[in-house]
Amino acid sequence: MSEVTEKGRWVSRAIQWVDDRLPITATFKEHASEYYAPKNFNAWYAMGVLALVVLVIQILTGIWLTMAYVPTGEGAFASIEYIMRDVEFGYLIRYIHSTGASAFFVVVYLHMFRGFAYGSYRKPRELLWLIGMAIYLVLMAEGFFGYLLPWGNMSYWGAQVIVSLIGAIPYFGPELMEWVRGDFVMSGITLNRFFALHVVALPLALVGLVFVHVIALHHVGSSNPDGIEIKAKKDENGVPLDGIPFHPYYSTKDFVAIVVFLILFCAVVFYAPEMGGYFIEKPNFEEANPLKTPEHIAPVWYYTPFYAMLRAATFPFLGLDAKFWGLVIMAGAILIPAALPWLDRSKVKSMRYKGWFSKIALMGFVVSFLVLGYLGTIPPSPIATASAQIMTIVYFAYFVLMPWYTTIETTKPEPERVTH
Amino acid sequence: MSKRLLKLIRVYTIALITLAFGVSTLGADSDWIMESMSPNLDDTASLQRGANLYVNFCLGCHSLEHQRYERTADDLGEIPHELMEANVIHTGQKIGEHIQSAMSEEDAKAWFGAAPPDLTMVTRVRSPEWVYNFLLTFYEDSSRPFGVNNKVFPNVGMPHAMLSLQGIQEEVCFGNRPIDLLDVQAALRQDRVDSIKEGGAENCGELSLIPGSGMFSTEEYEQAAFDIANFLHYVGDPTRAEREAIGKYVIGFLLILLVLAYFLNRNYWKDVKKN
Repeated sequence: MSEVTEKGRWVSRAIQWVDDRLPITATFKEHASEYYAPKNFNAWYAMGVLALVVLVIQILTGIWLTMAYVPTGEGAFASIEYIMRDVEFGYLIRYIHSTGASAFFVVVYLHMFRGFAYGSYRKPRELLWLIGMAIYLVLMAEGFFGYLLPWGNMSYWGAQVIVSLIGAIPYFGPELMEWVRGDFVMSGITLNRFFALHVVALPLALVGLVFVHVIALHHVGSSNPDGIEIKAKKDENGVPLDGIPFHPYYSTKDFVAIVVFLILFCAVVFYAPEMGGYFIEKPNFEEANPLKTPEHIAPVWYYTPFYAMLRAATFPFLGLDAKFWGLVIMAGAILIPAALPWLDRSKVKSMRYKGWFSKIALMGFVVSFLVLGYLGTIPPSPIATASAQIMTIVYFAYFVLMPWYTTIETTKPEPERVTH
Repeated sequence: MSKRLLKLIRVYTIALITLAFGVSTLGADSDWIMESMSPNLDDTASLQRGANLYVNFCLGCHSLEHQRYERTADDLGEIPHELMEANVIHTGQKIGEHIQSAMSEEDAKAWFGAAPPDLTMVTRVRSPEWVYNFLLTFYEDSSRPFGVNNKVFPNVGMPHAMLSLQGIQEEVCFGNRPIDLLDVQAALRQDRVDSIKEGGAENCGELSLIPGSGMFSTEEYEQAAFDIANFLHYVGDPTRAEREAIGKYVIGFLLILLVLAYFLNRNYWKDVKKN
């Protein structure tokens, strides 16, 4: 502070005044200017901050949509068109929100894949991983409830299919299903409660969980592509040798990532908001009609891998319906990544130093996820169902066989310091 | 970093193109090979003709209940409101109102068995191409209540509203049809290999117009069908032109911001030492 001006002194006094009452400088230091992140992050490590950006986008556009949206069976569909046509820039707000939903899953899936590849879930980050899984579940619910709100025909029938799954639970399934719907069929009452969950309950949970996720991350420190702990080697001041302050190094780097993301995002919003029927499905431009089932019901793309696994269960087992087992497989597929910290027994964390078994298993996982994602969008056929069954096995093999293949394979030695 | 980024962008672009084209061929109801049609929102004259044809031949039954006259007038080449009220609004509505059919729902149900659907977003549920082909392929079928059937919407429950313009089409057999390369391509695109094989055999179910039965020539009628489909394409998403125009500036701004962000980042990272 060699050039303290009159103005500068005034500012620092104001900060001091606040600091005496609220620790803003200390918080900023702890979480930004003196939070040391590994200096070898690659582009995969930008997905977390992009997810945060999308969260903000969704909350802001969501607030504005709520101002003109009518959450009733009679008014919902027309109110969306009112937003699209009569509200100033309403079409932009709506398309940003609908594109944002898909973008959320794009970045979250990439964020999770980063974790798979570099072993971000390993000790001491198990809890961080579980909090992330909770965010993922809430996000899926948030997307599902939100998708009913336009009250288009695909909204209606998509929700109908998923809610009816509850009815496959033995004994109390049918009653439970009725309780969830609040009616004997999908109706305005269901729409109302989904609206409440989508705009109040789940966003609150989401923001809370994201906050805890970041706190947990900053407590254990970020992992990195080499999968080694930078805190193991510190200088005389206790600063990790391979760590650099998050601010300004990663704040500027993330800014580049955010701008690149926004360019891609805006390209969709302005030039392909329906994304050829993947982001907004064609039947959803028709109002919900309980008497008219769309020719082919498919969920939005981000659920299709799990939808394909649901449909892959085709025979009853132990006296229980195939539909019930489909539900079990689907729920299992969504939840099983939570077990990763305990399934991975490898001596090393990062895919860079793991053996061929791990690499092949991960590749198999990615292929199965993409193929299942495709299969979930097309109508069922014998070949599609058989492929989905094989891919479901490949998907689960990545997880279930992990304790085995991570212990028997030969790994490469981890480096002492990060490679940068 | 920058190489990986380029790769990421390339992958994304390819994915975008694949998605856009992969799905566009879905959604055909019948196995009729549709004639291609690409709408043109810059052709204001076509859009205006389409609007005029719509209110005269379609609006009797089909509302555009989310679209307002006023916006239509403003968007289709700034049509003066008095002109719009005098020549386009035949239902006694005000310019600010939605484009509603004068037919009541009870009447509609009594006459047709079901209320005719609203068509505001028909081109988004189906496609402009579908609407174009729908309008072209009405043909005489005495087994149907209204005496006509349709090739892209089999057993459609409505009369041929523009019969007086197009004239009467009949189903005919052309004998052995030579295999047309364009047809083969269309069939392949729609994954209908069977129809290629059938192409060489006896070919029934083609449509032929009874000469002199309509007021329009074939070209005039095709233009009219194009104009209506084009107009409905506009109505389905009336802010498209505005959106695409704004998009250029938004993305342009972000590109400039990207250059600045990139150099800012590079400047900071200069002092991060390599191991």
